[in-house]
Amino acid sequence: MSKHRDPAAVNSRLVRRPIRRWAPVFIGPMVAAFLIGFVYPFLKGLYLSFCKFRTTSDAQFIGLDNYVKALHDASFMHAFWYTALYAVVSLVLINVLAFAVAYALTQKIKGSNLFRTVFFMPNLIGGIVLGYIWSMIFDGILSHFNTSILLESRYGFWGLVVLMCWQQIGYMMIIYIAGLQAVPEDMLEAARIDGANRWQTLWRVTIPNVMPSITICTFLSLTNGFKLFDQNLALTAGQPFVIQPDGSSIKTTEMLALNIYNTFYGQSVNSRGTAQAKAVLFFVLVTALGLIQLTATRKKEVQQ
Amino acid sequence: MKTKKRWGRTLLSIVLAIVSVIYVLPVVMVVLNSFKINTFVKTETFALPTAESFAGWQNFITGVTLGGSFWKSAFYSLLITVLSTALILIFTSMAAWYISRVDSRFCRLTYLLCVFSMVVPFQMVMFTLSKTADTLGLDTPWTIPVIYLGFGAGLAVFMFVGFVKSIPLEIEEAAVIDGCGPFRTFFSVVVPMLKPTLISVGILEIMWVWNDYLLPYLVLDRTKYMTIPIHIQYLKGSYGAVDLGATMALILLSIIPVIVFYLLCQKHIIKGVAAGAVKG
Repeated sequence: MSKHRDPAAVNSRLVRRPIRRWAPVFIGPMVAAFLIGFVYPFLKGLYLSFCKFRTTSDAQFIGLDNYVKALHDASFMHAFWYTALYAVVSLVLINVLAFAVAYALTQKIKGSNLFRTVFFMPNLIGGIVLGYIWSMIFDGILSHFNTSILLESRYGFWGLVVLMCWQQIGYMMIIYIAGLQAVPEDMLEAARIDGANRWQTLWRVTIPNVMPSITICTFLSLTNGFKLFDQNLALTAGQPFVIQPDGSSIKTTEMLALNIYNTFYGQSVNSRGTAQAKAVLFFVLVTALGLIQLTATRKKEVQQ
Repeated sequence: MKTKKRWGRTLLSIVLAIVSVIYVLPVVMVVLNSFKINTFVKTETFALPTAESFAGWQNFITGVTLGGSFWKSAFYSLLITVLSTALILIFTSMAAWYISRVDSRFCRLTYLLCVFSMVVPFQMVMFTLSKTADTLGLDTPWTIPVIYLGFGAGLAVFMFVGFVKSIPLEIEEAAVIDGCGPFRTFFSVVVPMLKPTLISVGILEIMWVWNDYLLPYLVLDRTKYMTIPIHIQYLKGSYGAVDLGATMALILLSIIPVIVFYLLCQKHIIKGVAAGAVKG
């Protein structure tokens, strides 16, 4: 049987006609909730990014002003570069380590189930709680040097990287294990018979075969890295702050999502238009990065 | 050659065992510090509690009333998680069946929008969503599941549609010919086959909703309702002098049920994560 069915085979009139009559029951609730919870807020948000507003009802159309303001906001640009740097560093570290662990665990070693259980465990703990656990640990170490994670942005950055590695390695490991287990055994055997050593087998056979997993994992860690919020808020909340010559302050460890949140709900309600414009730019950025990343790694996947 | 390989594996096991111990240390630290008097948490974070620093159950006793009743927050967390997951499972599986079987232009558009919604960051909709929820009275723990159904529909619909498409249509046709209406066909024929996907989606939604912070924080009426993440953030965020010992006690209380849940359903959780990863 072919993998792609004939389109007629997934919907026959026999099954389709009776369900159609009950459309409001079957698809109605989901569509209604989707309109309330996603479609309407999304469209309204898009519209509001071109408006001056404090609440959703007093919007005045002002064109592109919000976008101009957003792009001239030093704290937003700082958050962008900070987030980009974090995303790249964490993407590389998480994926290399997760792949290494997954590779080790698929070598038929003793206790691999136990190790898998342990490495995945942090994923069940929420971002806020994770942030506080690690802020206690980092401050426990740094207090011996009379400093704190809140006092230097370097500590905040690497602290977040360590925290996210601790959380995400287990998750990516699960996906890599699934990929590694799907590598055809006869291919590995053929490589062995042809005299390839371990290293050659890994690079020439195993990795090309797990490219789909690599695509997924790098996609997830890139987009998750850009969208990170809870852990950032709980670990440093942007501290330390640096006062700019013009009186405004830059929160040195503030990432994009937190910057948008602070612009919405910070001191001034007048910056909500700018905040919504930032949110739209953020959405476009995350979507574009995701698409670029997907097409780039998809090309390297081999057809089986 | 053989012995060399065996040695390699043993060495690998030992290395991984050491890494595993390091891996659970942060959780061990939470346990240790939840029994220490506040002032010692910062200065002697990594030491075992001594006679001087041991606080007994005091942190737990003060913790559960700090910043409002912790049990109340835990109850709301549980309520929201259970209701939202149930709502998502029922309505998105029904919708996904409808989408793949009817396959009209409207269905395809809905499906496309669902996939699209998976990439949209929450910040894009957070302000308008919280205002909409407020206007419609969806700001209580009993009604917020509607918001979760709406915002979380994407992944669930995507996973269900993927699975329904792999079910042979002949089974449903046979059911219809035997006189089943759409409801019996769905609930007695399709749902049993969907069970593994229901479990996977359920697990992913539970993990998301239970740990979610920003959505309930913005949507719920905060003067009346808190969830566990909101409660913990509130303790650390807005109290002048933070009682670290009590905070650690609450963190411990909040991760115990999660770890028990994990150990009980580990197999399903790991399978669910692997299945959910196809969303890339």
